Amino acid sequence: MQSRSSSAVAATPDQLAAVDAAISRLATMRGACLPMMHAIQAELGFVPHEAVQRIADSLNLSRADVHGVLTYYHDFRSEAPGCHVLKVCRAESCQAMGSEKLEDHLCEKHGVAMGETCADGEVTVEPVYCLGNCALSPAVMLDGKVYGRVSAERLDALLQRAKKSTGGQS
Amino acid sequence: MSVTIYVPCDSAALSLGANEVADAVVREAGSRNLEVQLVRNGSRGMLWLETMLEVATDAGRIAYGPVTEGDVASLFDADVMAGGEHALRLGKTDDLPWMQKQTRLTFARVGVTDPVSLDDYSEHGGLVGLKKALTMEPSAIVEAVVASGLRGRGGAGFPAGIKWRTVLGAAADQKYIACNADEGDSGTFSDRMIMEGDPYVLLEGMVIAGLAVDATEGYIYLRSEYPDAYVVLTSAIERARAAGWLGSDVLGSGKAFDVHVRLGAGSYVCGEETAMLESLEGKRGIVRAKPPLPALEGLWGKPTVVNNVMTLAAIPYILDQGGEAYAAYGTGRSLGTLPYQLAGNIKQGGLVEVPLGVTIRELLYDFGGGSATGRPIRAIQVGGPLGAYLPESKFDTPADYESLSAAGGLLGHGGIVAFDDTVDMSKMARYAMEFCAIESCGKCTPCRIGSTRGVEVVDRLVEGKNRKKDEALLRDLCDTLTSASLCAMGGLTPLPVLSALDHFPEDFAKSE
Ligand SMILES: Cc1cc2nc3c(=O)[nH]c(=O)nc-3n(C[C@H](O)[C@H](O)[C@H](O)COP(=O)(O)O)c2cc1C
Ligand code: SF4
Ligand code: FES
Repeated sequence: MQSRSSSAVAATPDQLAAVDAAISRLATMRGACLPMMHAIQAELGFVPHEAVQRIADSLNLSRADVHGVLTYYHDFRSEAPGCHVLKVCRAESCQAMGSEKLEDHLCEKHGVAMGETCADGEVTVEPVYCLGNCALSPAVMLDGKVYGRVSAERLDALLQRAKKSTGGQS
Repeated sequence: MSVTIYVPCDSAALSLGANEVADAVVREAGSRNLEVQLVRNGSRGMLWLETMLEVATDAGRIAYGPVTEGDVASLFDADVMAGGEHALRLGKTDDLPWMQKQTRLTFARVGVTDPVSLDDYSEHGGLVGLKKALTMEPSAIVEAVVASGLRGRGGAGFPAGIKWRTVLGAAADQKYIACNADEGDSGTFSDRMIMEGDPYVLLEGMVIAGLAVDATEGYIYLRSEYPDAYVVLTSAIERARAAGWLGSDVLGSGKAFDVHVRLGAGSYVCGEETAMLESLEGKRGIVRAKPPLPALEGLWGKPTVVNNVMTLAAIPYILDQGGEAYAAYGTGRSLGTLPYQLAGNIKQGGLVEVPLGVTIRELLYDFGGGSATGRPIRAIQVGGPLGAYLPESKFDTPADYESLSAAGGLLGHGGIVAFDDTVDMSKMARYAMEFCAIESCGKCTPCRIGSTRGVEVVDRLVEGKNRKKDEALLRDLCDTLTSASLCAMGGLTPLPVLSALDHFPEDFAKSE
């Protein structure tokens, strides 16, 4: 569903160290496959393809099994996202309050569609299906924080503030 | 003298700037040399009034809302510390009509207490149910739950006590309690609000479930979209362990029970109980065929109680007050209270806990105040993405299990999403098919492939070149989905699709 090119870039030594640290920290946990992927993504923003073999080795699973898990779940990215991740709720309650217009606005004003990262690499936009903030629709999540009653103007302000924090242009 | 001010930490409140309000309170109080004790409480459920700030006065707690960061200075100018007059002053919280009309059994403490404070919890009636359960035989606990009439709040409505009986009767060296906190349905947030606002009531419910069926370990499968709930839960679990509420010797009883939280990863179908178990085991969330029932072969093949957050959070009250006390509320076979959630295009969105049987109209208008846009409410969806779309003519239906199903809908997790008259119901029908295509676990062909065909057929139907044929095709496809799907993902997707088509045919004929 997400259309990012898969010209897999090799993970850096630092990234591999983070992968190994997450794996060894969780190695004794039962059913640790998802927790490991979460831990790696929390650290790096994505799960590098090198992690698949390492998780498989640690949990005594096949590469195919681990790859299957990684690709099954919408949360896990196989490539680094932009500096900021914006999740826009597409579910019914937010639709009832015009979430579609937010999607259009992101396309028109920011040139970025669902599943894409904008040209300056600042923001990746992803769909999400309910953030549990449906009484205050439309809702978005920016870098792990939920926002409610998000108008196009409010979204612009949120993005501008986020970009400033990473030194990006608005 | 120090005055206590409450600013919610519920993520809905945070989504409108509650943290900024809290910071401003501390700043203002500091600059005026006033002594304020700031408590971050859960939300009272009046989410349209967030950020709702409360001040403890001799006359009780006084509410102000909706407060923004910029209002805080003027609140202090108006002597907020003494409950002073201000344009945003709402009055005594307990006297607000929204609160007065509720029966808060499960949500009794939410918004009142500091969610992670152990003292607050026990001072406000917590642990009484657990202490009673510790003196009871497992079968007596199960029978109390049977007597309460409590039905699963996750959607399927299966009687909780009967499920527990099965697990109690299963012989095994290890059993589990698996709490379903995947809350994937659009329009629902009661699980989130209780986990963020009163996590101990869920933990207490899980310990009681463990005592009832002889399980010593519990897992909470929490959706990853709820990072704030994750923080509250993990902190509550740590504190509960340190206080001996969880662990190898629960409240000094010699009985063991511990709880772990595991995160989902953005998959709706992982809310289906067997897919959830697969996911908990670290696998792809593919639905398992039943039998075997999870009650007999659940997590890691062991007998497992799978219950929704709301189901488990209702348990402490039932043990405290008795099954009959709970069953005194509600109607017919829909007993007890339900925390309903009002969402979508609604003026006063939020959570209300009332006895089952309240009508949809009461919820939408008496509590909800009509649409947010001020236009007529044309349609509602009850029960999440697999629930029916209902027109105004059905609004007098009582929102209980039987009545809603008789009206062609389902109660699900008790969420109601309102749409005004600008909604295009053909788009909602199309979306239901699209959602099924996105979220299908892929095991059954009709669900995996048929849903994508469904999107195309709805598009063609709306295009209107061969309406009769396309409508017949859509109904046929829905028949196949209903009859040939392993779980309700594929099996119930026809419900929103066909209810939209049946109740709002004009939206599918716009090209005419
Ligand atoms: C596609 C699908 C999604 C579901 N999502 C949830 C969910 O998010 N939370 C939940 O408690 N139950 C969900 N259920 C229902 C569960 O399968 C199960 O009935 C429930 O967890 C049992 O607990 P209860 O008896 O306490 O309701 C879902 C079912 C299906 C078919
Ligand atoms: S109906 Fe759909 S989601 Fe359910 S088991 Fe079949 S393919 Fe999976
Ligand atoms: S539907 Fe968007 S937050 Fe629930």
